[in-house]
Amino acid sequence: MSTWSRVRRTVLAAALATGLAAVAACGGTAGPQAGGEAGQLTLWTLQNEGINSVQQAAVDRFNDTGGPQIDLTTYLNDPYKSALQTAIGSPNGPDVFYNWGGGNLKGYADAGQAADLTAALDARPEVKQAFLPQVLETGTIDGKVYGIPMQGVQPLSFFYNKDVFAQAGITEFPTTWQGFLDTVDRLEAAGVQPIALAGAQSWTEMMYPEYLLDRVGGSEKFQAIADGKPGAWRDPAVVQAMTMVQDLVDRGAFGTNFTAVDYDNQASQALLTSGRAAMELMGSWQVTSLNDNFPDFLEQGKLGWAPFPAVEGGAGDPSTVIGNPSNYYSVSARSADVPAATDFLLTQMTDPQYVQGMLEKGQVPALTGIEQQVASAGPFADFNTYTYDQTKNAATFVQSWDQALPAAEAQTMLTNLSKVFTKELTPQQFAEAMDSAGR
Amino acid sequence: MSTTSVTGSGRPGFVWAAPALAFFALFALLPMLAVVVLSFTAYDGLSAPRWTGLDNWVRLGSDPLFTESLQLSFVLTGVSWVVQTAVALPLGVWLAGRGRSRAVLAALFFVPLLMSSAAIAVLWGTLFDPNFGLASVLGPLVGIEDGNIIGSNRYAFAAVIAVIAWQYMPFHTLLYQAAARAIPAQLYEAALIDGAGRWRTFVSITVPQLRDTIITSGVLIVVGSMTTFEVVLILTGGGPGTASRILPLHMYLEGFRSFDMGYASALAVVLLVLGTTLSLVIARVTGYRRMTSQREGM
Repeated sequence: MSTWSRVRRTVLAAALATGLAAVAACGGTAGPQAGGEAGQLTLWTLQNEGINSVQQAAVDRFNDTGGPQIDLTTYLNDPYKSALQTAIGSPNGPDVFYNWGGGNLKGYADAGQAADLTAALDARPEVKQAFLPQVLETGTIDGKVYGIPMQGVQPLSFFYNKDVFAQAGITEFPTTWQGFLDTVDRLEAAGVQPIALAGAQSWTEMMYPEYLLDRVGGSEKFQAIADGKPGAWRDPAVVQAMTMVQDLVDRGAFGTNFTAVDYDNQASQALLTSGRAAMELMGSWQVTSLNDNFPDFLEQGKLGWAPFPAVEGGAGDPSTVIGNPSNYYSVSARSADVPAATDFLLTQMTDPQYVQGMLEKGQVPALTGIEQQVASAGPFADFNTYTYDQTKNAATFVQSWDQALPAAEAQTMLTNLSKVFTKELTPQQFAEAMDSAGR
Repeated sequence: MSTTSVTGSGRPGFVWAAPALAFFALFALLPMLAVVVLSFTAYDGLSAPRWTGLDNWVRLGSDPLFTESLQLSFVLTGVSWVVQTAVALPLGVWLAGRGRSRAVLAALFFVPLLMSSAAIAVLWGTLFDPNFGLASVLGPLVGIEDGNIIGSNRYAFAAVIAVIAWQYMPFHTLLYQAAARAIPAQLYEAALIDGAGRWRTFVSITVPQLRDTIITSGVLIVVGSMTTFEVVLILTGGGPGTASRILPLHMYLEGFRSFDMGYASALAVVLLVLGTTLSLVIARVTGYRRMTSQREGM
């Protein structure tokens, strides 16, 4: 999820909620009246000024071939989720819809609302092989492909202030957990808050246990949780990851007031760029966002980035990355023209012009063999190359927990996790609370 | 000049109320009915609602967050009523008097009324920022060294209540100001002749004369506090942990984040019943129902 959508989501949520009774009652939100007619297809996507133009260009290229015409409609984040939830499958619903893959997409697949694209993709192996397999995996539910990657990859990395590191006498970003803890202590001793954490929103806190669980126990631990295996939350690796989180809190790694720091008003980024904090763990959208809000920081070359350290003795592969593998386009199962909608995705999402357009906007599409293009396009070529290599070389690309889990479980997890950070829950109590929340 | 009674042919008939009743039925009664029905279903907004009988209602009993959020809502309601009335009533009476300074102050004081809740929450969120906001300056002065007010289990909910009071007090002050201006001046003149002091006048004349307004304002505060939402969502999101998760926010998170519309509907029904009951109780206990208007219907 991009910064933009986070900001908008907060402000718009208020407006939305007042409509709870009305939405629940009518079970329908007004949408464009185009779906359902053959020859006229609708595509729903999120509003994002940068990449909407790239998406529109792809739609125009497809429409120019003279077949069915696609009409692109954009929504803000939260209204989109509600509108899609209610409109899909109805005559007003979209033919092609944006989603987050994983647990989010599974809901639509299980309800029979998303079309199975496996056969169409198998029929065009060159397209199938163009996608990074780790990323395509998140659009695949129970072995069937329901979502085609359509946006940049968004792995989580550490972003650090090179000046602050230098002042504390630290020359390299640590690659091991012990080294990381030493770095935290040295920064603390140098009188700087080691890590900026926007703990007012628990999705930023979630990034730490995500990586720690993976490094400690391996990717199969969270896979078991996502698969809903009984007792998966009680795994000792979960408890250990949460213990390591509380160890960071106890060391003062996040300072004392992180629960009041907001990401939406760039408070944590301000800590990082002003040198009051040394680093922040965040998605790849951080660079675009810093460029928008703190351009001087980038121009002066103060921004460093590094992958999450390896945990010594942990079962996980240190090359594994976590984040949003991509966002996805899926075809509505009730679309009047499933083949045409599928054809649009298979021809346009790998189109060189589409790839180039995305790269220039700071998005690295989830495609194989585009090193040359990544390294030469736009102002973020260095960072884009890092993001691309990290994703391509990842043993596994684990999807963010809040996207991978069913909505209700994700919500419970975020609530309980925030209590781990404030130490209202012990690691053991967290595991038990999540285990008994069940499905 | 003939003297005609206000009763009889001059009174508006039922048909005058028809448009309002039609709107009320369409946009209030119908959705309420639907929410009641939905509270007996499992509904994720994706598949059709599935009848589950009393499941959602049984779940209310075993949901610790429901109990916690209900308690917080009651605290918010009670404290809001006491604080807002204690400030708005005397302030409104004072502002009702003449004088340039009062007029200027009144205009300034009503500024929060002009702002949307979202804007208020964003504004206060910035002020409460522990590193770059006012909290970092004022916090240390009151013993909160790190400026952590809205991120603290102890202070977050109090901060929320204070912001809501700041937002709504001007409205209630306005009510009291208008009502105080309608009190006949003869009453005060008579009290002056009888030698009553300022305090005595306030207690024996002003407050009794403002009775209807106190009740109206009270009902508005109670119902408003039970359903208040957007300020809390934007300011604290119910956190830290669940320290400020009031009932309407719990309902929102269940419905729109967990996509559990059935359970959220049950919570909505609880809110509906609570709000209605509380306002009816206030009206009955205070004898509001017995009061008759002198100019009914006109």
